[in-house]
Order: sequence, then C-alpha cells, then structure tokens
Amino acid sequence: MENSKVLSLSRIANRIRRNIIESVYNAKCGHPGGSLSIADIMTYLYFEEMNIDPKNPDFSGRDRFVLSKGHTAPALYAALAERGFFPTEDLKTLRKTASYLQGHPDMKGVPGVDMSTGSLGQGISAACGMALSSKLDGSPFRVYTVLGDGESEEGQVWEAAMFAAHYKLDNLVAILDLNGLQIDGPITEVMNPTPHDEKFLAFGWNVITIDAHDFNEIEAAFDAARKIEGKPTVIIARSIKGKGVSYMENACEWHGQAPKEDLYKVAISDLDAIGETLK
Amino acid sequence: MADKKATREGFGAALAELGEKYDFLVLDADLAAATKTGVFKKKYPERFFDCGIAEGNMISVAAGIAATGKKVFAASFAMFAAGRSFEQIRNSIGYPHLNVNIVGTHASITVGEDGATHQCSEDLALMRTIPGMTVICPADVTEAYAAVEAVLNHCGPCYLRFGRYPVPNLTPELLPDYKFEIGKGVTYREGSDVSIVANGYMVHLALEAADILAAEGISAEVINIHTIKPLDIDLIEASARKTGAVVTAEEHSIIGGLGAAVCEGLCERYPVPTLRVGVEDKFGRSGQVPELLEIYGLTAGNIAAKARRAIAMKSAK
Ligand SMILES: Cc1ncc(C[n+]2csc(CCOP(=O)(O)OP(=O)(O)O)c2C)c(N)n1
Ligand SMILES: [Mg+2]
Repeated sequence: MENSKVLSLSRIANRIRRNIIESVYNAKCGHPGGSLSIADIMTYLYFEEMNIDPKNPDFSGRDRFVLSKGHTAPALYAALAERGFFPTEDLKTLRKTASYLQGHPDMKGVPGVDMSTGSLGQGISAACGMALSSKLDGSPFRVYTVLGDGESEEGQVWEAAMFAAHYKLDNLVAILDLNGLQIDGPITEVMNPTPHDEKFLAFGWNVITIDAHDFNEIEAAFDAARKIEGKPTVIIARSIKGKGVSYMENACEWHGQAPKEDLYKVAISDLDAIGETLK
Repeated sequence: MADKKATREGFGAALAELGEKYDFLVLDADLAAATKTGVFKKKYPERFFDCGIAEGNMISVAAGIAATGKKVFAASFAMFAAGRSFEQIRNSIGYPHLNVNIVGTHASITVGEDGATHQCSEDLALMRTIPGMTVICPADVTEAYAAVEAVLNHCGPCYLRFGRYPVPNLTPELLPDYKFEIGKGVTYREGSDVSIVANGYMVHLALEAADILAAEGISAEVINIHTIKPLDIDLIEASARKTGAVVTAEEHSIIGGLGAAVCEGLCERYPVPTLRVGVEDKFGRSGQVPELLEIYGLTAGNIAAKARRAIAMKSAK
C-alpha cells in the first residue's frame, strides 16, 4: 500500500477513534475499549473493502457487515457517519432516549446497519445466513463480520464456524478482534478460548493472522481472502484494546465505561497528538 | 369418524406442495424425518439446508437469510426450536421483526414415550411474549396445511406449532368451506350455556366434551383459537357475553398459553368465570399417549367437568 494511502486511512481511523470517545463521553456510558481496537479494521472495511453506497444504503447487491460484538456499536456508528450514511452530529445522541443510535446496533433504525446484534455469538450465524443467501442467488455480494475474542467462548460461534465451512461460504470473512481482554479479565484467565488459529483451521477455515493496526497487513489479508475458494476466511487481528488512548490501552476497566471530563480531555489530547503525526 | 393424521404431516405436505408456488428455504436441525421437512428436502434438495444439531445457530442463520429478503422456515422439536433458541428468536428475529417462520413440532404431552425432556409445554408462552410475534397452533392436518400457506403470505416473524400424534381431521367434515385466517378464531359449534375455547390437539376433545354436555341438556359453544397471538378476543368476548362462562383447553401449560391469554383478555373486557384445562404446572413423563392424556387431565371428560363447574360459578357470582 502506498504511504499516502496509509496516511489517509490512518487519518480516518483517528477521526473514528475521536468520535468513539466523543459519543461514549456524551452518552456517559458505552464500550470504548473494544471500539477503539477495531477502528482500523472498520476504516479499511468501510473505505476500501466493502461495496456499499451511503446514498443507497439498502441496495440489494451491497456487501453486508454484521457487528457480531454488538457492544462496540460506537465504532460502527462512527465508521458509518464518517462514510456519509448519516450526519456525524448524530453521534452525540448515542444511547439517548430520542436517538436512533441504540446502545447496540438496530438494523431497523440505522442506515447501513445490516443486522441487529448485541447478544454475543449470534451475529456470525446471521452472517452465515446472508452469505448462504448470496451464494444461492449467485450474487457477488460478500459478507463481513467482526467477532470479539471473549465472544468466541460462545458455543454458537463454533456452530456457525462448522456451518460456514460445511456450506463452503467463501464469500464470508470473519474478523476476530484478538485484543486479549473481556469483562472479567484476560481471555486466557476467564475461559481460555485460544488457540484460535488452530481451532478455525480444524473447523475447515482459511486462517490469516495480522496486526490489527497495520493497514498493509489488513489490506493483504482482505485481498488474500478474496482469492480463497471453497472455504470461509477468518482474519485473526491481534489488537490493542483501547488503542490510541494512553490509559485505556490494554486496560480491562475501559471495556464498558465512559471517561469523566478530566480523562475525556486526556483521551482527546492523546488522539489529537496522534493526529498531529499524520499531518 | 374423520381420519387421523398428525399436524406435522400437514406441515410437510404443505412445504412440499407450496414449494412450487412460493419461493422459500427450509432449515432443519437433524430432525427432518420427524418434523416432516424431509418431505420438502426430497423434492427440493437445493432449497433445504440441514444445520446439524445446533438450533441456536440455525435460528440466527434463518435471521440472516431473511435479512437478505428471502422467506425461510426453521424447524426442530418445539423444545429446541422455541426453548433452546428462545433468546436467538427474541434478539435476532423478533427485535428486527424478520420474516422467519419458526416451526416447533412434537410439542407437549402427546410426544409420549420420549418423556419430559422432549415434552415442551412452554413454547407458546415463550413465543407469545415476544413483541410482534405471530403464534399459531393448528388443530388438525387440514388447518396445519392452511396455516403454512397463510404464513407464506404474512410479513413478520411467526411461530407454528405442530404435533407428533395423530388427531382427527375434522375440518373437511365440519367446515367444508373453511378459509384459514391468521388471528381469526373459528366457531365450530354454537351454544348458549358455556364457551369452550380450545386449540391444537384439544379441539376435537372440546367437541367431544360438547357432546357429553349436550346429552345432559347443556349447550356448549366450541371455538377454535388457532392463533394465540394476535388473539381473536372479539370473538371470545362475544361468546363470553352470550354464555357467561368459559373453559379453555390446550395441550400446553395453563401458565402463559391459550388459557392465560383468554383470561387476560376477558379480565380486561368482560370477566366471566373462566376455568383452564391444560398441563397444570407440571413436567411431562414417559408413557403411551392415551394414558398420559388421562394422567394430565387432557380429556373430554375433564373439559366437561370444568364446564359444569364454570356454569355453577355463574349463579354463585
Ligand atoms: C450472550 C451475551 N452474554 C454476555 C454479554 C455481556 N457482554 C458484553 S461485552 C462482553 C465481553 C465481550 O468480550 P470480547 O468479545 O472480547 O469483546 P471486546 O474485548 O472486543 O470488547 C460481555 C460478556 C452479551 N452481550 N451477550
Ligand atoms: Mg476482547
């Protein structure tokens, strides 16, 4: 990938991270950690990878995206707003009574949201259903879903993994956000779901492991996934939970709370400092 | 006497025959022979997808299929379709109001020998609490077939319940011009002393009970409420106003099902003595179906007994 492209994607990702913090701060609650860890992946999906049209969010041939780890809706909303599906201003209404931006994604209410999620383990199955439907129609649309590493403790994830391989859903790409943390602690201490690569391999998937914050690796992974025939792909994306905000990085306590004003200011200045380096 | 067939037979036949006229997919979870989706699978293998023994995944897959605009049925035993997958149904189908037809067969006591783990007497209660869910429990094979066609023309999530055990196919004899309509109850027999409101397996027993009562000079109205949600409370209220006493009869827990729905509706509109026949807050057990029906009080005799009591309660009021 050319340096200028890396730079421009990094700028978008930085704005998305800023909007994640802004929206969670305004809501006074929400899930910043796992939203920040996927900001680069979301940027790549919405600005490079997926065939979508903000002017026509429901066209039938569009690629589908399912945020299986629905609690990180702030990242999805920020990406959709950045891409022009709705005004960035609206992000301030996240989780408010009158807002269409529900705490977890609502496909009936938000332009660009393809599936309602929030209960962990179900989104990947819905993505399988979409991918199967696409194949039956011989339509070219592809389906992307982002999973949490803690989420991978859900049995249904592996039911879906079996299903996707069985029906040869090579139009399906799952991105596993391997940030190493869930609510009660590190994934390896709470209920160790690793090794993910060997598990997915054993389930019949094409497995690619990348650094979730390196656009070159992200691009290479999605390009490789397109070339695979006869099996689904999982991109195991090694990420830093809370990425970009100093005190949130690898800090379990920032899974599901909003910063108060003082720490909000720190977060914004951290992100703005990163923004400076991208000028 | 009408010939006997299980309602699941009507489901299978409808899928296979309507598969030509309607475009839909069918999912099952390793029970195709039992649920009768196998009949469809044989005819349309390319539109049938086995999901293996993974019901939660099957329900969410169905949601994904529906989200792309296709009609889809997802079938298993009621215990696993509605029970195990309740939360998937609520969140992935109910909340986004997707066009999925969830099918639970082998419901409740008439499962027989498999016993309590398979005798789901709670499915209708579970499904009824989900906003926007249509809940249907047909009485015989003819009505089962008609219900399948009705949901194919309906938009939004539906739960359909079918039985394992043969039940008399009464509709062709009693209502030759019958048109199934979602949410519209059917009066099988008019009466003036008591209303018997039944569905599913209990409808033919309600008619037997009405015969027993008629022999004693008691005139019973018999109504089939195949759609528990939305409930045809207008029809039930009108009948209650006429007779002043109601008995409900269902092969389901008396908690949360037809009996509960009728009580809730009548309490708000026109309270009359209402007694419930159903599974009385108990688990099922293994046994032959006729014996089990006696043990659990799912009999014409019990309906008639409750009808007499309900009538007596009128004057005691
Ligand atoms: C079925 C289900 N169980 C529990 C929860 C509550 N919950 C929300 S987030 C979360 C931890 C998720 O961890 P992970 O998947 O690693 O997400 P990330 O680290 O990316 O935020 C839990 C348990 C839920 N949303 N769904
Ligand atoms: Mg995690």
